[in-house]
Amino acid sequence: MPYLVHSPEDRTAMFEIIGARSMDELLVDIPRSLRLEALQLPDGLSEMETMRQVTALAGRNRVFPDRLTFRGGGVYRRFIPAAVAAVTSKPEFYTAYTPYQAEASQGTLQAIFEYQTLIAELTALDVSNASLYDGATAVAEAAMMAYVHTGRNEVLVAGYVHPEYVQVLRAFGEGRGIKVRRGDQPNKKTAAVIFQQPDFLGLLVDARGLTQAAHDAGALAIACVDPISLSILAPPGEYSADIAAGEGQQLGLSPSFGGPHVGFIACKRELVRKLPGRLVGTAYDAQGRRGFTLALAAREQHIRREKATSNICTNHSLCALAAAVYLTYMGPYGLRHVAEVSFKRAHALAERLAALPGWELAFPERQFFNEFPVRAPKAPALVRKLARKGILGGLEVSRWFRELKGVLTFTCTEVNDAHALDELMEALKA
Amino acid sequence: MTTEPLSFELSRPAVDPPRLPDAEVAGPAPSDVLPREALRSRAPGLPRLSEPESMRHFSRLASMNYSISENFYPLGSCTMKYNPVLNEQAAALPGFASLHPYQDEDTVQGALELMWRLEQALCAIVGVDRVTLQPAAGAHGEWTALRMIAAFHHSREEKRTEVLVPDSAHGTNPASAALSGFRVVEVRSGPDGRISLADLESKLSPQTAALMLTNPNTLGLFEREILDIAEMVHATGALLYYDGANLNAFMGICRPGDMGFDAVHMNLHKTFTTPHGGGGPGAGPVGVKADLVPFLPTPTVERTNGHLTLDHRRPKSIGRVRSFYGNFGMLVRAYTYILAMGGDGLGQASQDAVLSANYLRKLVETDLEMPHQGPCMHEFVASAHNLHDTGVRALDIAKALLDRHFYAPTVYFPLVVSEAIMVEPTETESKATLDSFARAIKEIVGQARTDPQGLHDEPKNLPVGRLDEVAAARKINAWLQGQAEDPVLRWKGPLDGGPKEPG
Amino acid sequence: MAERRYTKTHEWVTVDGKHATIGITDFAQAQLGDVVFLELPTAGRKLAERETFGVIESVKAASDLYSPVAGRISSVNEKLASQPELINSDPYGEGWILKLELSGDAPSDLLDEAGYKKVTEAAAG
Repeated sequence: MPYLVHSPEDRTAMFEIIGARSMDELLVDIPRSLRLEALQLPDGLSEMETMRQVTALAGRNRVFPDRLTFRGGGVYRRFIPAAVAAVTSKPEFYTAYTPYQAEASQGTLQAIFEYQTLIAELTALDVSNASLYDGATAVAEAAMMAYVHTGRNEVLVAGYVHPEYVQVLRAFGEGRGIKVRRGDQPNKKTAAVIFQQPDFLGLLVDARGLTQAAHDAGALAIACVDPISLSILAPPGEYSADIAAGEGQQLGLSPSFGGPHVGFIACKRELVRKLPGRLVGTAYDAQGRRGFTLALAAREQHIRREKATSNICTNHSLCALAAAVYLTYMGPYGLRHVAEVSFKRAHALAERLAALPGWELAFPERQFFNEFPVRAPKAPALVRKLARKGILGGLEVSRWFRELKGVLTFTCTEVNDAHALDELMEALKA
Repeated sequence: MTTEPLSFELSRPAVDPPRLPDAEVAGPAPSDVLPREALRSRAPGLPRLSEPESMRHFSRLASMNYSISENFYPLGSCTMKYNPVLNEQAAALPGFASLHPYQDEDTVQGALELMWRLEQALCAIVGVDRVTLQPAAGAHGEWTALRMIAAFHHSREEKRTEVLVPDSAHGTNPASAALSGFRVVEVRSGPDGRISLADLESKLSPQTAALMLTNPNTLGLFEREILDIAEMVHATGALLYYDGANLNAFMGICRPGDMGFDAVHMNLHKTFTTPHGGGGPGAGPVGVKADLVPFLPTPTVERTNGHLTLDHRRPKSIGRVRSFYGNFGMLVRAYTYILAMGGDGLGQASQDAVLSANYLRKLVETDLEMPHQGPCMHEFVASAHNLHDTGVRALDIAKALLDRHFYAPTVYFPLVVSEAIMVEPTETESKATLDSFARAIKEIVGQARTDPQGLHDEPKNLPVGRLDEVAAARKINAWLQGQAEDPVLRWKGPLDGGPKEPG
Repeated sequence: MAERRYTKTHEWVTVDGKHATIGITDFAQAQLGDVVFLELPTAGRKLAERETFGVIESVKAASDLYSPVAGRISSVNEKLASQPELINSDPYGEGWILKLELSGDAPSDLLDEAGYKKVTEAAAG
């Protein structure tokens, strides 16, 4: 049988040493009435047969080429350097356990420490944790921090924050008795104002103004941000937001039908003790050698139990490693380059789409980054038409926002080359 | 072995950014159209390394890790077993890895079919009616289950505010219960290491929403009286929650659903071999009995006449617990594993896991204290209490094992055993490996009697020795209180010459 | 010198007229290990008897702090912010934690030295 190591002889020898005659003697504590004959599952398969079945399932999915994917909505096609997979597929990284034994886990620990520094630099905040599950739970955890820090039980969601993030926030909030309200006018009950920059539609919001309004009401400002855009846009730390949270999928991770990706969270110094999840810090051994170890663990569930800042244990370490490799490969100017290319292409595409008969920008007065909403005639039919031509067109956002009927958001990144834009335009005109 | 500088310390401003395509279209640059206050004032301090340098850097870091591919990880309650390389190949198929989560359902039928089949398989393995694949990890699954349990009681207009948790439980149990709005009430273990029925009886009340239990428990012991426990809990109107951390003990042997559990979480990164990744990503699906099905998170995967859909319209649902549909890439790996193993293979895996644990327990029972009587299930808890007079503690044994190329067992957990050493060998470690591990334990215990100081100084053969965590923690707290410059939790220093604009 | 009294949760208190000083016991500091952090309230706050007023942390453990008596906090040991190790080195002296103005009489069920010793012997098993 695959992946099992004991031979029948081994098993016999082991039973003999134990002094038991059979499995039943080892399972005596299980009540008879609970014992199964066998699992109601088919027998196992050879590697070839397994892969044939799995490949057949993969074959029933339609893969749109990267360059013809113009759909975003929280998950984006981006160029992933070969270095990322080369590092994350090293078994020393991907098959290692959580680095509880620091001396035998310096590779993972140092990589996380570098990741924490990279995220702190990008967001211009003091400290980042070692990672969370995704952008949605990162926003929810940020809201929990604000709730604990301020002692107030209402959070305000300003503008078009990713609808699924808001759904997750509501589910988390319900458990702790936190009300989630839409609006941008905080008051004395408000623990935090949460906004997304750029927002779910790709539009820029007045991050400074929202942060100021939050602070004026004694609330925290939580900025949900796009990490690539931070090479160009003002980072949360520059406008004094207290917590930055977001989705790191764009930093070297494939779409994978929505996961695993990586949630990031960073905050100001005064909130660090309320940060959820693991943190890695530097420490020294008796010989004075610098090493890395898990730090401030007494905030966490394995020590604080019901009083922990969060219940998170397993996080998304390997995805954080991918992000670290990606950001190290890109450097500050590589990152800015892809952000600029994305920006320019999106703006070029927006202009061309808005010029089509019957099309218009949904919010012409608003600035955007590399994703934008357009109003298009017969949007659903149009998207289907594009799909037939092998193009994953804009995202219909009316499924979440009724007032945005007929609005599609289109995204451009460095993978959508000039010819891809031409192909999209031709397909739309045909 | 030496330590490796940080990427930030290796950074050189003279290094060019990687070659990347230009925009190739006429569009404005951000600074042309965006107001100044919307723009970043200073480039982020990312390192600047050439590709050869950064690849060497990360390769060196990799070489400083233990991993299940190279080392035995006897980590109790963690189920560190072989991660089949086939799983990785499957998850990397473009038909999975390149799917956008917002593609039309018609274009992702294979992905939905895989999720549906995985759900069916997990239902069969743990004995429940439906499974949500959305939770990203075990703790996330626990919390999701407790949200459903809260919604269930709420729908019956019952106000139940307490969740019972055994004192031997994982820390995530009480944390998840608290984050779900419950008050945590601890239930004591009896002297035999199993939950005390008398204590349970005294803690159950009309306020009890659920009892969280893992079986076998964290001591590796099967709760023999599980059927009585289930009856007691249900009689008060509460539900029974199963923590699936120890599922590797009994696939094909018994099922939590049959034991009376109403909700069950599973760690795909333990039992179903998705790699641990140095701390994730994992996946923590939750299975439920019919009574809890209406409360499952949205969306669920539904199958009608071979056509698959995502059902977002579930009025009683607790809502969404993460974006999209869960850690899909992990689901592909787990499904691949289940296909390859089959019902027969999974059953044998659990039997071998139990056999290996009992075998290893036997080999070390004369060297370490065994606080509870066997047989055990898939893991056992020993105690270093017998070495107390030598001054050697569980931590010393853990560190000495590292020097002998074994990862350390889980130590100081569960909290109910002093100097606990928790060992879980899993079915993928050979008899020869178990033998050599037992020899290492014997050698270390022998050394404790002759040269305890030598043990306190281990490990000596790793990139660093024992780190002064106390000094580090005090430095962090000094920084947090504004009394020190070094944040400790991140690198802070001038990048060599500071980030310079590319030429 | 007022006599030291103890709680089952390992705090100590000395009462001198209306003034009480509280800290954690030598047994408690030994169980916790090297203290790295204390989360403490500010002076002026009123505490009820048995109320949680803070948290004490070592690297591997954390524990809530309870007030053995009711009263208003008159001062907090500022030194602990930068020298949490005082809890380990001198738990009954320089490692004191709070001073309170009592709002009533000290409770009568506090343990004396012998009574507390029994508690620690049972805990050490």
